Amino acid sequence: MNNEPAVEISGMVKRYGTLTAVDGLTLTARRGEVTAILGPNGAGKTTTIEVCEGYRNADGGAVRVLGLDPGRDAAALRPRIGVMLQSGGIPPSVPAAEYLTLLSRFHARPLDPGWLLDTVGLASSARTPYRRLSGGQQQRLSLAAAVIGRPELVFLDEPTAGMDPQARHATWDLVGELRDDGVSVILTTHFMEEAERLSDHVVIIDAGRVVADGSPAALTGSAGQLRFRAEPGLDTDSLLTALPPGSAAKESPAGHYLIEVHGPVEPRLLAAVTAWCAERGVLPSTLRIESRTLEDVFLELTGRELRG
Amino acid sequence: MTSESVAAAPGPGRFAPAPGAAPMRQMVSAQAALETKTLLRNGEQLTLTLVIPLLLLAAFSLEPLVSFGAGITRIDFLTPGVIALAVMSTAFTSQAIATGFERRYGVLKRLGATPLSRSGLIAAKTATVVAVELLQAVLIIVLAAALGWSPNASPAAVVTVPLLVLLGTAAFSGLALLMAGTLRAEATLAAANLVYVVLLGVGGVLFPLTKFPAGARSFLELLPTGALSTALRDVLANGAVLPAKETVALLVWAVAGITLAARYFRWE
Repeated sequence: MNNEPAVEISGMVKRYGTLTAVDGLTLTARRGEVTAILGPNGAGKTTTIEVCEGYRNADGGAVRVLGLDPGRDAAALRPRIGVMLQSGGIPPSVPAAEYLTLLSRFHARPLDPGWLLDTVGLASSARTPYRRLSGGQQQRLSLAAAVIGRPELVFLDEPTAGMDPQARHATWDLVGELRDDGVSVILTTHFMEEAERLSDHVVIIDAGRVVADGSPAALTGSAGQLRFRAEPGLDTDSLLTALPPGSAAKESPAGHYLIEVHGPVEPRLLAAVTAWCAERGVLPSTLRIESRTLEDVFLELTGRELRG
Repeated sequence: MTSESVAAAPGPGRFAPAPGAAPMRQMVSAQAALETKTLLRNGEQLTLTLVIPLLLLAAFSLEPLVSFGAGITRIDFLTPGVIALAVMSTAFTSQAIATGFERRYGVLKRLGATPLSRSGLIAAKTATVVAVELLQAVLIIVLAAALGWSPNASPAAVVTVPLLVLLGTAAFSGLALLMAGTLRAEATLAAANLVYVVLLGVGGVLFPLTKFPAGARSFLELLPTGALSTALRDVLANGAVLPAKETVALLVWAVAGITLAARYFRWE
């Protein structure tokens, strides 16, 4: 097996008429890793994935998937990748087991359809037509279809959309197993927890461009937070003078205090805060040290306002 | 049988990559088998391809609803027409509707990401149509024989009838895919059913084209259904070998339909 990246995109541009869906996007997804692509609706996630899957050609830039050109080398690439579309793709009247069996016949060394059906929790729905499966069951069948050919690389477009918590956790376990077995996974998601738990590598895109790229720890670890509750109306300006330079302190809402620093919270900071409180006879309750969540990072980079 | 499923060994390594496409023949036969099964499980499709042709054959042969002129029995007139109707229902109406909805549901898009190539998918669809036509042929021939059908055909008909059916299938399939690949699924459903009903009336299936005014008749005989029913009737009732005008008409429809479908078919 070669060591080319799973996906290598540089300067990809894709336009639909006057709309530029992807605008000079560059990213590398390494082999054997789970790469999560995050972004608001319309950020260009699905377009990016569909170019990699060979569904559409980019208008500019270079795209290599497993070292191949997804447009020109489609015939060589298709057996090596697994695809889960955002929705649909399975004939409504066909029973789950028959559909998986069909796809298994397209591959040289497929997984056993019955075993896979059981693994994704659909053994009791084997004879149920696709249209009568629940939304979460349809998603799980679609996921099973993406991996039945034992691909090197799997594209999952919002794999847990519409799943209940049990199904979501089962899906996360499966993605973890894929990674452990050396399968590269590219997924898009709206769930920050999903990206944080599953991925080795997170790429946040907005308006067709990459706005952040790194491991979840690197993205969230750049700022530490210390929160405590105490009597309302403490002088946060005075508190700030006791803290290392570059810190921020605010009270919001009343009685809830938040201190943010660059980098992780260090013991010295904690000592400074408690000393400052002790000088004023203030007893903080529920004092917590946190790092930013991926959601904080995401909202900071892509804005908090709703988009039309 | 060249592919072999991996046993469900628990523990790590069961998803270890082992990619590879199956042989083309295996992919095509798996896809064709599923499509055939899906079609035969679908009530509307079954009505269209089997129930209606057989019902019309029985009803119109038992009751003198239409006079066909002297020198030909009702069943001898009807059987070739119903064979043409059966070909149209499978290769055109049923295929157009099924493919239109496959496109709408993203089924064609999803298949596009599998090792099954587009030409493999077309081959599977063709095999499905031919399999259903064979089933139709057996049932129509058995029913027609029971109703007293006695074809007046030259020995060459053993070759020319299948040839005409294949030409008709190619013509109807091209037009079906052209329609399914360019219109919305609902529009395809409506248009394919409308064409079916209209050509059932004016395609020489139940009513002789000789009853139409000469101008209309020569036009209707050039439409795929009229050309196929006229040619089959010439071969099966009049002992002709291969009627030239109708054969050429079918050939032109086939080439035009397939060329246009290849050019304009949209996969999603």
